[in-house]
Amino acid sequence: MIKLQKIHRNFQVGDQTVHALDDINLEIGQGEYVSVMGPSGSGKSTLLNLIGMLDHPSSGQYYLNDKNVTELDEVEEALIRNNNIGFVFQAFHLVPRLSAAENIELPLMLAGIDPDLRKTKVEQALVSLNLTERAHHKPEQLSGGQRQRVAIARATITEPSVLLADEPTGNLDQKSGHDVMDILEALNQRGITLIMVTHDQSLGDRSVRSINMIDGRIESDITKNSDHVSVS
Amino acid sequence: MVVLNPILLKIQIMLASRDVIRFAWQALKGYRTRTILMLIAMSIGVASVLVLTSLGEGARRYVRGEFASLGTNLIIVIPGRSETSGSGLGNMMGVTPRDLTLGDAEALTRHPNVKQIAPLNIGGAEISWQNRKREVTVMGTSSELLSIRHWSLSRGKFLPDTDWERASPVCVIGKKIRDEIFTAHNALGQWVRIGDNRCRVIGIMSSEGQSIGVDVDEVVVIPVASAQALFNTPSLFRIFIEAKTRNAIPRVIQFTKDTIKARHQGEEDITVVTQDAVLATFDNILSVLTYAVGGIAGISLAVAGILIMNVMLVAVSQRTSEIGLLKALGASRRGIIMLILTEAMLLSAMGGIIGLTIGQLGAWAIRSAVPELQAYPPLWAAAMSFSVAIVTGAIFCLLPARKASKLDPVLALAKR
Ligand SMILES: Nc1ncnc2c1ncn2[C@@H]1O[C@H](COP(=O)(O)OP(=O)(O)OP(=O)(O)O)[C@@H](O)[C@H]1O
Ligand SMILES: [Mg+2]
Repeated sequence: MIKLQKIHRNFQVGDQTVHALDDINLEIGQGEYVSVMGPSGSGKSTLLNLIGMLDHPSSGQYYLNDKNVTELDEVEEALIRNNNIGFVFQAFHLVPRLSAAENIELPLMLAGIDPDLRKTKVEQALVSLNLTERAHHKPEQLSGGQRQRVAIARATITEPSVLLADEPTGNLDQKSGHDVMDILEALNQRGITLIMVTHDQSLGDRSVRSINMIDGRIESDITKNSDHVSVS
Repeated sequence: MVVLNPILLKIQIMLASRDVIRFAWQALKGYRTRTILMLIAMSIGVASVLVLTSLGEGARRYVRGEFASLGTNLIIVIPGRSETSGSGLGNMMGVTPRDLTLGDAEALTRHPNVKQIAPLNIGGAEISWQNRKREVTVMGTSSELLSIRHWSLSRGKFLPDTDWERASPVCVIGKKIRDEIFTAHNALGQWVRIGDNRCRVIGIMSSEGQSIGVDVDEVVVIPVASAQALFNTPSLFRIFIEAKTRNAIPRVIQFTKDTIKARHQGEEDITVVTQDAVLATFDNILSVLTYAVGGIAGISLAVAGILIMNVMLVAVSQRTSEIGLLKALGASRRGIIMLILTEAMLLSAMGGIIGLTIGQLGAWAIRSAVPELQAYPPLWAAAMSFSVAIVTGAIFCLLPARKASKLDPVLALAKR
């Protein structure tokens, strides 16, 4: 469902060209659980942003559900981000003046969904993430773990097929980090494609498939519980 | 160009929805200080337009009112020609303008559209009673002047309705003269001396306030023939003509010119002024003045617009990560622009409404302080300033909105 072909992403810094992604070929199927690891600056975030259509490749093709999305216009991209992709960030990125419930509601509002429908959906999300009591709290009144749960609820409220998490536990203590991981994995169990960037080897080991990146290349791509181990 | 596809349509619907307004409202509430500052700037702009134009409009109404009190459908005949063209030949021949006489005035009554006519003679003289005396303006006229100029009497009667050519020893005096000469005594029926003549006080004018032209409080009115004798001249200072209707004024003017020309050996040696013409001139001047002050005040609106632009630019950079987030959650560039624009419009609309309220209060305060000045802000000023507020808000917001819409979401969301 996600297919990257010969993807390059270059940044021009002064007269130097940084190859953040260097000839990436990658296929990820629906419902996979993929962790992306690698040293700092190896291109993990760049890869995730590209998959999430926040960024565009310098060259190469990106197919999402067999559709070449490198050719879409900006409005169609926005629509796909809204419908098909959920983002969870290390820094949570909640809107500070909006309550937890309103933050969760944002993608539905942007999609122009009917307010009544929005309300029931948000309530369901609050229940399933155990946030009902925090619904009307502002982000500053929430703990880190609660904030990330709000962010996850927001990322999944439009029922996207892909959830992209860039170091989702990076700002959390171990306990709430594990809680968040449990939630993400539970979502994956129910069919969402989970792609997670992490620096934590123990978290990386939990995934079925782990991709290791170095210098903008995929160094290794290992799928557990399978006799087939591919190295690219 | 983008074809109107369902996606765009959906965006349009979203933009029109209350959600955007609510979102913008929450943003405005979230940044209270800057919101209040911009509201103040915007409302001062709108309010100053209203207050200044209401002053101009008040002045215009005041002048209009004053003119109306001078008389309606009024035509004034002045001896001598004011234009340099036309009677150039006469001037070159050294012909001085002939006097306007009572005969001329009589002749002018013979037109079906003339309602009434009053001749006027004016000069200075000394009035005395017992041992009190003072200099006064003496007006020689006829009974018709009272209604032509909408004067009224506080006591007694005006000049009798007699033949203009007949002098009679009566006078009507202004309130101030009555107060100064007669003090506590009853003035009516008393004999006073005006110049060399004696006459009886038959009426006292009621105070008209400050009327344009003559201060009614300080005049002495006597029959025109008496004045001609007093000043020893047959010539009139003015002839006042009241036309029956407004529409008849041009015909009466033409008749006046023709009649006088015929009586003055073919010389049109008079100037005819209408109330309307003078009023129109004042009206024009004051309207232009009102537009001008309105425009100047409008500049403060533009300044408010620039302020809004600056604050919105700061707001956009403050909210970089929020905008990046909205993009990640599925807002298109247009969506972002509309969000920022809605915010600015909401701000200008609120500022505009507050400004309209303050402006109306200001105009009300002026009216309370100076009741003569009917300082009502004109409708166009309210409509204009409000729409200018909205439009400047929108225009000056385009730059920040575009800036926001072009933000790279990756950079915007990058942790710092
Ligand atoms: N906007 C940019 N301009 C210039 N260079 C960039 C830009 N974004 C990323 N890079 C460069 O691209 C490379 C990959 O960056 P990326 O953020 O993907 O790394 P990362 O693997 O996510 O690192 P980290 O683990 O520190 O988050 C780095 O060398 C970075 O300096
Ligand atoms: Mg990164």
